[in-house]
Amino acid sequence: MLELQSLTKHFGGVRAVDGVDLSVARGEILGLIGPNGSGKSTIVNLICGLFPLTAGHVLFGGTDISELPPHARVALGVARTFQNIRLFEQLTVWQNLWVAQNSGEQRQQNFLPRWLGGSKGAREKIDRILEFFDLGHKRDELAGNLAFGEQRRLEFARALAAKPALLLLDEPAAGMNAEEIDQLDSRIRKMRQDGVTVILIEHHVELVMSVADRIAVLNFGQKIAEGTPSAVQANTVVREAYLGTAAVA
Amino acid sequence: MDFYLGLIQIIGVHTLLGLSAYCVLLTGQVSLAQAGFFAIGAYVAGMLTVLAHWPLIFALMASGVVAGAIACAVGFPALRVKGLMLVVATAAFGEAVRLFFFNFTYQVSRGAIQLGPHGGEGFRQIRYFPENGWSTLDVVLFIWTVVALVMAVLWWMDRSRAGAVLRAVGEDEIAAQSVGINITAVKVSAMTIGGVIAGIGGGIFAHYTTHIEHIQFGIVLATFAIAYPILGGLSNVFGTVLAVIFIQGLLIEGLRFMGDWRNLLFGGLIVLAMNVRPRGLLDAGTLLTLKRLFSRNRERSGA
Repeated sequence: MLELQSLTKHFGGVRAVDGVDLSVARGEILGLIGPNGSGKSTIVNLICGLFPLTAGHVLFGGTDISELPPHARVALGVARTFQNIRLFEQLTVWQNLWVAQNSGEQRQQNFLPRWLGGSKGAREKIDRILEFFDLGHKRDELAGNLAFGEQRRLEFARALAAKPALLLLDEPAAGMNAEEIDQLDSRIRKMRQDGVTVILIEHHVELVMSVADRIAVLNFGQKIAEGTPSAVQANTVVREAYLGTAAVA
Repeated sequence: MDFYLGLIQIIGVHTLLGLSAYCVLLTGQVSLAQAGFFAIGAYVAGMLTVLAHWPLIFALMASGVVAGAIACAVGFPALRVKGLMLVVATAAFGEAVRLFFFNFTYQVSRGAIQLGPHGGEGFRQIRYFPENGWSTLDVVLFIWTVVALVMAVLWWMDRSRAGAVLRAVGEDEIAAQSVGINITAVKVSAMTIGGVIAGIGGGIFAHYTTHIEHIQFGIVLATFAIAYPILGGLSNVFGTVLAVIFIQGLLIEGLRFMGDWRNLLFGGLIVLAMNVRPRGLLDAGTLLTLKRLFSRNRERSGA
């Protein structure tokens, strides 16, 4: 479904991402972990096309999307959330999902209905997603007035509104309490059942270990390990990256 | 009486100018090019009625189309730059348009007199209204019909998905791209719609003043254009109208008795207004209060 081929991004002299090869199969949940500054968010930004690659390729469903602008990638089915929440705060909860209905299928609707209001089906879809994220009662509130946990849920919901085939979650559990993390866990599983492939970037180790099928570990822009959660947990190189050489020895 | 009718005309035309900037401002772009589009509309419509004898309605449509097309063409390169750089780029465009008309002469002899734009001396004798027997009141009604139409269209657009998309782009371009919005297309569209509205406004302006010249379309007019929606607030189109009435009616005409002190007070009052109401004269909170008051009254009368 998604294939990164020697993906590279340099910011001046900083090698944020340095020749990463990674592939994700359809229906899989891939955990992407690594210490701060290891290049996780940069990889997400590169997959979404927020800045140009220094070298390498991004293949999605077999086609090279490395040169496509961000909105065209969304139309193909790549959606994301942000590490630091980026909602449209002056729009209502409902409108946040409304403006996000830009998948290829949704684009094929006639121009006028799409821009004026969307079909009945599109509106019902929004209501269903809001119910799924337990935000139905907040639909007419301004997104900026929501509590922190609700904002995280809304961002997740907004990403789903574009009917993604691949969803990139950039630290969705940051700042959440244990109960909210449990709900997040079950929502990610539910989405996989609905056929969405997920890349999950997360510092919260328990969540990643519980929900991910496979985990890739980054350090200094390079992939240092890849495998099942238990294999990665036992990997010495990974322990060194997180804890330092002395601590492991 | 004629003074007040004249004032209502000015307010109507400036509302169109302000609404053109409102469209662009919704996407977060501060454009000082609106006076340029306004000038293009004024000259195009004037030349079509005076030199080509077009009916006013068609001349206004043409001025909207021409100004909109130029706005679209300018939008692509201009919107690649952001923030202050965009302000500078659009201001430069506005000045370029003004200087073009400063040097633009295209005159046709009609018997003893010469008609048409004449460089620095301007374009005189745009006498469509008197020649066709329109009274001042007719002109006022005509202007406000156009204003009402434009406002209705924008109001409706604001409430549609298009309005939400424009605001989304204005609020956070990165997030907008990431939910699949083509921000270049949205920004250029807003610029084009703004250009059409400014062009129509300019066309009307040329006809009720009957004499236009380059100096009227300078940076001062561009500043007014952007000041209206900023002062009025971006919640809906009525904020802009309110701001035009406040600035043109209250500050410029209402303070005329103060002589030279007016300019000083004018600036001071705008600063005061922005301090008291930082989100514009008509912000979302005020609208909510009005809505509540209104629904409470209705309940009471219903009971």
